[in-house]
Amino acid sequence: MAVSDLYSEIILEHYKEPHNVGELDCPEVFAKGYNESCGDDIKIYAQIKNGKVEEIKFKGKGCAISQSSASMMTDLMYGKTIDEAKEFIKQFTKKITGEEDFPSDSDEWFELSALKGVIKFPVRVKCASLSWHTLLQGIKEFENKNELKQ
Amino acid sequence: MFDQIKIREDFPILKRLIKNNPLVYLDSAATTQKPLQVIEAIEKYYRHNNANVHRGAYTLSEEATSLYEEARLKTARFINAEMTESIIFTRNATEGINLVANSWGRANLKEGDEVLLTQMEHHSNLIPWQLITKEKGAKLKFIPLTPDGKLDLTNIHKLINEKTKFVSLVHISNSLGTINPVEDIIQIAHSFKIPVLLDASQSVPHRRVDVQSLDCDFMVFSGHKMLGPTGIGVLYGKYNLLDNMPPFMGGGEMINEVQLEWSDFRNLPWKYEAGTPHIAGAIGLGVAIDYLNNIGLENIQQHDKELVSYAMEVLSNLDGIEIYGPKDTRGSLVAFNLKGIHPHDVSTILDEYGIAIRAGHHCTQPIMRWLDVAATVRASFYLYNTKSDIDKLATGLQKVKEIFKRGS
Repeated sequence: MAVSDLYSEIILEHYKEPHNVGELDCPEVFAKGYNESCGDDIKIYAQIKNGKVEEIKFKGKGCAISQSSASMMTDLMYGKTIDEAKEFIKQFTKKITGEEDFPSDSDEWFELSALKGVIKFPVRVKCASLSWHTLLQGIKEFENKNELKQ
Repeated sequence: MFDQIKIREDFPILKRLIKNNPLVYLDSAATTQKPLQVIEAIEKYYRHNNANVHRGAYTLSEEATSLYEEARLKTARFINAEMTESIIFTRNATEGINLVANSWGRANLKEGDEVLLTQMEHHSNLIPWQLITKEKGAKLKFIPLTPDGKLDLTNIHKLINEKTKFVSLVHISNSLGTINPVEDIIQIAHSFKIPVLLDASQSVPHRRVDVQSLDCDFMVFSGHKMLGPTGIGVLYGKYNLLDNMPPFMGGGEMINEVQLEWSDFRNLPWKYEAGTPHIAGAIGLGVAIDYLNNIGLENIQQHDKELVSYAMEVLSNLDGIEIYGPKDTRGSLVAFNLKGIHPHDVSTILDEYGIAIRAGHHCTQPIMRWLDVAATVRASFYLYNTKSDIDKLATGLQKVKEIFKRGS
């Protein structure tokens, strides 16, 4: 595949004008992620209401792959329950590592499948996964906190 | 004689195709490629001479020892060290700095003392000093940078004072390409009787560095950045300093008499070479030095200079490029960014055209912070690079820009 397929228009659009960039005051879910191979970092903030993601923002520096992935991920997390979000992250991880194919007939996966070119560039898989892993870490910490409260 | 066609033939890796394109290797500041002469010398050693060095009273061990010690002699001559005992083989420049920081630093630094570095140090010349000054309650001070990435020596007479106990600085910056006026700094430091360590990782491979005329007290460099194998590096130190410092690592090879409760250490240079050394690596480094001497460091320096000015000229013409570091003289590298495009994306796209450049913080995170960027793209050159490599880089960068023009 050509490298221009890796940098598809969907990815470049999200990179140039990423969605959901910002910070939240007192977020219930918060995590920082760091990609030691390139020095990119990301912070993810989410507000949970009635067990669902009510608002989600991210902030960070990074390449087109990591920024577009974070932009698309945050778009798709709105309204998901914690369990749905965890499952979605699990599914994404399987697709981006090439373990499973990206679904071709799903609206939810339509934009995300623009990232499938990354599978051919193993060193860049980390870039695409950074925001997803960071959110998962934030969710786990959120769950641990809630368990302690109960 | 600088016959570039012949030189390129000596480097088998340059015949490789990367994604169907001939390799354009522009990352010699990270590590250089190896000529056949070095590859074959290492192979020959393992095929014909392999044995452990020192103390073996048999042919192979004597051969291995004499090849290993011959490499030390070649290294001493290469940097004009006054004696071969001043050459300590290490794993790399990093280990050399750690040796000095731990051995000299632990024996000499006290609370309130200062160690002077610069703001452009590689992590290898920063972390060892952070560790030892923290342990001893000493302080780190830094020579700041001018806006064009040179050392700002305005306050050097305040920075070097009676509290200063050691100065450690880079000769040529791996991140900005700045060539530092180390002679002046050594002179000022010596007027206070302060020893100076030079990180010569980016200078020794590219120009004649004479430790006696520089009068530096310690100098470190890595073999793999000068056509030699990885895992072998050099610490040069003035005999009296090295002789008076305690050992860094303990073990075999570095001792005379060993009792259960105490030991007596060998003379220089072996006092600092605990354990079986990288014999093949030292031999490979010796052959790399022969190779560089054969071509002539003056010729290499001239070639690098022409390439870097050509690169500055060609790259400056690209729209949206920001080049970092001094605009006049610089070591053989150019660090830059393309506006709105992350260095890792630049690197991935260039790789499609067989072009190997480095993207990242280049082990100089404080410089990235100073430049206010997350990372940079760095193209670095050596004797096997050609102007055509730089043209290919420029064409590749145009492609990067075309790809990123889409989607808006």
